[in-house]
Amino acid sequence: MDNVIRRRTPGARLARWSLYAVLIGMALFYLLPLVVMLLTSVKPLEEIRAGSLLALPQAPTLAPWVKAWSEACTGMRCEGVGGYFWNSFRIVIPAVAISTLLGALNGYALTKWRFRGADLIFALMLFGCFIPFQVVLLPMARTLGWLGLSTSTAGLVLVHVVFGIAFTTLFFRNFYVSIPNELVSAAKLDGAGFFRIFWRILLPISAPIFVVSVIWQFTQIWNDFLFGVAFSAFETQPVTVALNNLVNTSTGVKEYNVDMAAAMIAALPTLVVYVLAGKYFVRGLTAGSVKG
Amino acid sequence: MRMLKRTLLKSALGGLAVAATLGTTAQAGEVEVLHWWTSGGEARAANVLKQLLEEEGHQWKDFAVAGGGGETAMTVLKSRAMSGNPPSAAQIKGPEIQEWGELGLLGQLDSVAEEGDWDALLPPVVADIMKYDGQYVAVPVNVHRVNWLWANPKVLEDSGVEQVPSTLDELFAAGEKIREAGYIPLAHGGQPWQDATVFETVVLGTGGPEFYRKALVELDPEALKSDTMIQALETFKRTHELMDDGMSGRDWNTATSMVINGKAAMQLMGDWAKGEFTAAGMTPGEDYLCAPAPGTQEAFTFNIDSLAMFRVADEEEQEAQRTLARLVLEPEFQKTFNLAKGSIPARPDLDMSEFDQCAQQSLEDFQRTAEEGGLVPSMAHGMAVRSDVQGAIFDVVTNYFNSPDMTAQQAAERLVNTANAAM
Amino acid sequence: MVTTTLGDGTGSAASRRTPAARLQDWLPRLVVAPSFAISLFFVYGFMLWTFVLSLTNSRMLPQYDFIGFAQYARLMENERWWVASTNLAIFGGLFVVICLVIGAGLAILLDQRIRQEGVLRTIYLYPMALSLIVTGVVWKWLLNPSLGIEAMVQGWGFESFQFDWLVDSDMAIYTLVLAAVWQASGFVMAMFLAGLRGIDDNIIKAAQLDGASLPRVYWRVVLPCLRPVVFSAVMILAHIAIKSFDLVMALTGGGPGYATDLPATFMYVHAFTRAQIGLGSASAMLMLGAVLAILVPYLFSELRGRKHG
Repeated sequence: MDNVIRRRTPGARLARWSLYAVLIGMALFYLLPLVVMLLTSVKPLEEIRAGSLLALPQAPTLAPWVKAWSEACTGMRCEGVGGYFWNSFRIVIPAVAISTLLGALNGYALTKWRFRGADLIFALMLFGCFIPFQVVLLPMARTLGWLGLSTSTAGLVLVHVVFGIAFTTLFFRNFYVSIPNELVSAAKLDGAGFFRIFWRILLPISAPIFVVSVIWQFTQIWNDFLFGVAFSAFETQPVTVALNNLVNTSTGVKEYNVDMAAAMIAALPTLVVYVLAGKYFVRGLTAGSVKG
Repeated sequence: MRMLKRTLLKSALGGLAVAATLGTTAQAGEVEVLHWWTSGGEARAANVLKQLLEEEGHQWKDFAVAGGGGETAMTVLKSRAMSGNPPSAAQIKGPEIQEWGELGLLGQLDSVAEEGDWDALLPPVVADIMKYDGQYVAVPVNVHRVNWLWANPKVLEDSGVEQVPSTLDELFAAGEKIREAGYIPLAHGGQPWQDATVFETVVLGTGGPEFYRKALVELDPEALKSDTMIQALETFKRTHELMDDGMSGRDWNTATSMVINGKAAMQLMGDWAKGEFTAAGMTPGEDYLCAPAPGTQEAFTFNIDSLAMFRVADEEEQEAQRTLARLVLEPEFQKTFNLAKGSIPARPDLDMSEFDQCAQQSLEDFQRTAEEGGLVPSMAHGMAVRSDVQGAIFDVVTNYFNSPDMTAQQAAERLVNTANAAM
Repeated sequence: MVTTTLGDGTGSAASRRTPAARLQDWLPRLVVAPSFAISLFFVYGFMLWTFVLSLTNSRMLPQYDFIGFAQYARLMENERWWVASTNLAIFGGLFVVICLVIGAGLAILLDQRIRQEGVLRTIYLYPMALSLIVTGVVWKWLLNPSLGIEAMVQGWGFESFQFDWLVDSDMAIYTLVLAAVWQASGFVMAMFLAGLRGIDDNIIKAAQLDGASLPRVYWRVVLPCLRPVVFSAVMILAHIAIKSFDLVMALTGGGPGYATDLPATFMYVHAFTRAQIGLGSASAMLMLGAVLAILVPYLFSELRGRKHG
């Protein structure tokens, strides 16, 4: 919009320069931890001890990454975080798929088929977004026991779905509420059913909000530590738990480079998702999910 | 309630009676062991047990949860117990064993205990902790001494300190010299349990074992607000000056490695620190020194690690549990484990010649103090009081230690309040 | 309600419907029912259970010896609880305000046809992608006086430089704010940016042609349009603040002392490591009360606003 009235005065140019300076300065602030992590993860230990945080590695090495992936010890298991990495995927993929799908159907039913009490039901479900997770730890443990799902991957998926649908329903409801009702009522007059209308009319235009929901859920579930540590066992621990074990384990000398490499590995999937799909995320937010 | 528990225990003896209520996912002959032996020396030591168990044909499923001195592991254990699916064995210790026993969740080990004649084998003070309601429910792994001072002789020498401080006054005098020579006098990690470790050691050094027992085990309000306690609290706070700025949240073994690397001169820490020295390839008496913490030569604060066995339904899993319990007390494991971990064996009948001088002295002091009355349970390591009381004491201690404004009188008052609330 | 949304044409025919059509009527409810049932059980059922526990003297595991509201009384006398609550007020207040200011500021600056906007946006947004277990590791390092920023700047020759908030019990709470703002402000920026992009450019052009300066246009014209965004952002930030747990655990562990304890960590510590489930449950109920106090006004305006639109 500044090209509407573009004044090429020195003052305007100065303003432009300082604008970039502020933006880049902030970018550096946001990047600092990641840069330190990345730099540290490719330095040999001696360099870390001797050098400054931001010093470039003199002899960059991938050994810490290899060690973090497949050799580092957590407890007496020296198999790195690699195996746990796949455990996380086994939990995240079904949990994200199920919670997003349920959220989409809920949002659709609550906005386009406004039955009596729909608002109340939505309001009640929304509270699920806000419940602190420590509060539900013990009752959840007991419930999982009743269901025979304790310490299983299925149990963890269930937990994440249960506390994820509040968010996904919120996203989809706020998105669908901004879609004109005329589209749907016309189809209803033509005799199209509930699922047909969803499939034919709403699904094709829902891509932005699906992206938001999937990114949000993926990040939340991948990054979860509390449920992961409390409801998993030997075979099902997610990568965040392994990371916690790793950084809290040390053999005499704390291997910061391996810690950082493991942290990077644990962070990589969500990082990739944000970098690749960040654009669509902002677009999806624009499409209505945050409009109060 | 009592009746109910008895019946429950009987049905456990019966074996399969509770099979329906305890969903088990483990397969035959597997023991899932929840523990927080995650630091280098500890993990290596636990690995020995794993190998021994596997040689006997059972499977060890390692469930290590690091962090917070076992706090995270305890959360996991509670969650698992709530879901009716506890691990078959877990690292539980001290009065907490009683609490789990009261909940009726522990299985008994009487057959193994009789076979191995544990009553004769174990010192009474150790055996008492392992029993709930007269039956063995846990097996002791080792005996740690908490009141140790570790020192790097090169740093001491560089700073012109002739010998390891044996009184608290000497400690502060040495601290000044070490500071001047450019080293950190006392390596420390700013976690509540580490603060509490230093605190209880100072209390012991100031007031002696009798006072310690009154104040921190029996929680006698008179002792807690006495002048001795005020003096101990003041001395405790002075130790802050001996530490460095970077201690916030530092793990104990990172602090130990500062002594190993020669960045710091000394550390007040239990003998698990020795595992780190050993792992670094150092020899006691030459590369590092161990001595009873200043002023506590006549006392021994003990911290006993143990594995408690949860009640399981599966016959083969029970067999594996019994095998595990038997192996834990066998000389081979006791030796290897304690050599690696820095502690002394839970059974005092072993040949100690392979152990280093620190461990030998530890065993000697253990037996001597047991007779003379200097043997006291460690408050900081959950051997003296219940976990809620312990937590409340930690709150007072760590808050006092870290806030410049709080006076010793105020801290003592709060300790008294804590004790009153616990009664 | 149902008939009006289904359209006037079919409303009068209700009595002659086939079973299949009836099913169609009920289908929306049936679709929502499982999720709703799940919420009822897993959210409200668990809350009720927690409330019941808060009336008992449960210690290691739940027991049902009722002692009335004694746990709440104990909580009120507990100094650590007050430290935690005060901390939440300081932390939450600063966190929400700073995030809003930075988020709105960055969004407005980014909206000035910036080159490489996509790259900058991604950089601002990425911290949200990381787990605090991950970032806690590196923040702890950066903030540690003898390892991190302080040591680095001193290494550059500024010997007197001090940045030891992490070990100072009065300042440690601000390190939590720093890390939390770093984490969430990019997300707020994205929300504001989305809001800005939704505003009709013509309004701004018109205002500018009237001779208003750019800052004035933003202050007077644009920001008022963004009120819903501010509202959503405050909601999201407030709930992040109340739920903050990983952050404290990873960064300070509640220390030094318990100077950085928050209600969420207080609850966790008492219920799980101190065998005081009763007291922990009481603190959880008070936390839930705080959540309700924020949520109810939001829902009220949200659902009332719908009817206008």
